[in-house]
Amino acid sequence: MTLTETILAAHAGRDRVSPGDNIWIDVDTLMTHDVCGPPTIEIFKREFGEDARVWDPDRLVILPDHYIFTDDPHAQRNIEHLRAFAAEHSLAHYYDVGTSRYKGVCHVALAEEGFNLPGTTLFGTDSHTCTSGAFGLFSTGVGNTDAAFIMGTGKIWVRVPETMRFVFEGALPPWLMAKDLILTVIGDVGLDGGTYRALEFDGEAVFDLSMEERMTLTNMAIEAGGKNGIIAADEKTEAFVRARTDRAYTMVAPRADARFVYEKVYDVSQMEPVVAKPHRPDNRAKVSEVEGTPLDRAYIGSCTGGKFEDFVAAARILEGNRVQVDTYVVPASTEVSRRLREEGLHEEGLRGEGLSGGKTLWQIFLDAGCKMGHASCGACLGGPVDTFGRTHGTEVVISTTNRNFPGRMGSKQSAVYLASPLTVAASALAGVITDPREVLV
Amino acid sequence: MKAQISGRAYVLGDSVDTDQIIPAAHLVYSMTEPDERRMYGRYALSAVPDAEAGLPRGGIPFVRDGEYASDYRIVVAGNNFGCGSSREHAPFALQVAGVEAVIASSYARIFYRNAVDGGFVVPFECARRLADVVETGDHLDIDVAAGTVHVRRLDETFLLHPLGEVAAILEAGNVFEYARQSGMIG
Ligand code: SF4
Repeated sequence: MTLTETILAAHAGRDRVSPGDNIWIDVDTLMTHDVCGPPTIEIFKREFGEDARVWDPDRLVILPDHYIFTDDPHAQRNIEHLRAFAAEHSLAHYYDVGTSRYKGVCHVALAEEGFNLPGTTLFGTDSHTCTSGAFGLFSTGVGNTDAAFIMGTGKIWVRVPETMRFVFEGALPPWLMAKDLILTVIGDVGLDGGTYRALEFDGEAVFDLSMEERMTLTNMAIEAGGKNGIIAADEKTEAFVRARTDRAYTMVAPRADARFVYEKVYDVSQMEPVVAKPHRPDNRAKVSEVEGTPLDRAYIGSCTGGKFEDFVAAARILEGNRVQVDTYVVPASTEVSRRLREEGLHEEGLRGEGLSGGKTLWQIFLDAGCKMGHASCGACLGGPVDTFGRTHGTEVVISTTNRNFPGRMGSKQSAVYLASPLTVAASALAGVITDPREVLV
Repeated sequence: MKAQISGRAYVLGDSVDTDQIIPAAHLVYSMTEPDERRMYGRYALSAVPDAEAGLPRGGIPFVRDGEYASDYRIVVAGNNFGCGSSREHAPFALQVAGVEAVIASSYARIFYRNAVDGGFVVPFECARRLADVVETGDHLDIDVAAGTVHVRRLDETFLLHPLGEVAAILEAGNVFEYARQSGMIG
């Protein structure tokens, strides 16, 4: 069995499962946020009763993150709804807005707070819940109804997916990031190439990646239609998890008899920086093919491209320079935001320890002329009209986010190019789409 | 699930994502308060680019200005319908607008699952790419038991894929009713 099948079988109390089987499984962790949490709670109460109890309050994680810094009264009402529910059920893992517990984007916070446990099952009311699979667990997004069902029972039905395996060999050149790898995969298989399937990432180049970079790979499994993205846990995974939690988990090893429905091997040393052109994440082009495309805006943020190392990468390029277009910087989490204010660039670049010239990363962005936002989803999904960085007209944007469907960042007339933080930063400096190899020294 | 679903069709292309079905800015409305709930109908499919709105000609709003419901009962789409976010608001918005069934060449997984488990719209698949055959405004008759759809203008009948195992959930109404009937929950 593949990694995904092994985890699902264990949670269904079976020795074996095969792709296509419909099985009921035990859920280890359920996550919800401010957009889908309130309607999930309404369904939970409708179906299980006003006084119903959550199946296991210690396994429910509520992370408001989407519509946080807005005056929209409906969005604020959603937060109040979550707050009341958390109090009613004495939820230990509710991260309230406006308190020191507030975290920011749910998928990044799940990692930071140690909820991504190898070998477990994690469901969330957000399609990018597949991000958590970077830690060797089965994670996927569900709707409110399914989440409400889990809330009441701790169980859910799943169809066991076939697994596609993407192997990355070789050493990653300094101008490439995980974002380039996953945009390449999505361009190859298409928006629905992974529908009903698990996307497993393997190979030395994957295990050389940091946990944050691995999360970028699994994060965008959904952009290929994938049910889950997954990477086997290794020592790096364990070290990351153990530094954050003492919760129990069981590592799952991939099995020798694993069968894959599709396999593709990439040599990362031969790959190039890429973008996804408007208006589809699979509309891939090499940066060299779209170089010179005029831009109105750059955006660095989200669960895909707003992690600490994403900003370190961007800062390497922006340091000592000025951006030519409006550039929005939105840390995914409060921890990322804090580190940006405390840490700087190290000589070797991608390690954020020590300060170069005494400048913090935050200061590097400010001096480069960037607009700095609060930790949240920000304009990744458009959101209420007063959202920081949201598009309102015909802006052409280059962004580290994960989707560029019409209207995704607000206006359906705007056009969004998706790219790595290196490519976005290089393009922000030039005001036109630019290959990071031209500015990286 | 109704035995017969009839009405006019609204035709869309490939990979119509959840941001086009119900843009994120509108997800703040309550899904239960009647005054707010109807906003999901008003904004259903509101972010589909004009050229692709109501194929083959385009430029046809799904919901007329100021209205809360659509004139169309059946959405016909190409492949990968409902890709993108996990928002259940997407099949819900179609239901609130008055849609009873979608016939697509294929679906994104979470949309399909939400449509079934929440009992919002019946997601049919058709081997023949109906989006190339049907025109917005055509009158369709779906015979659920027979698994066919008849296009009145062409006087042609097309086979739909069997609903398979999810038919039981759709028949029960939603996943909760299904689980109750099968003794999973009390
Ligand atoms: S940052 Fe964007 S993709 Fe990630 S959870 Fe928030 S809205 Fe979704």
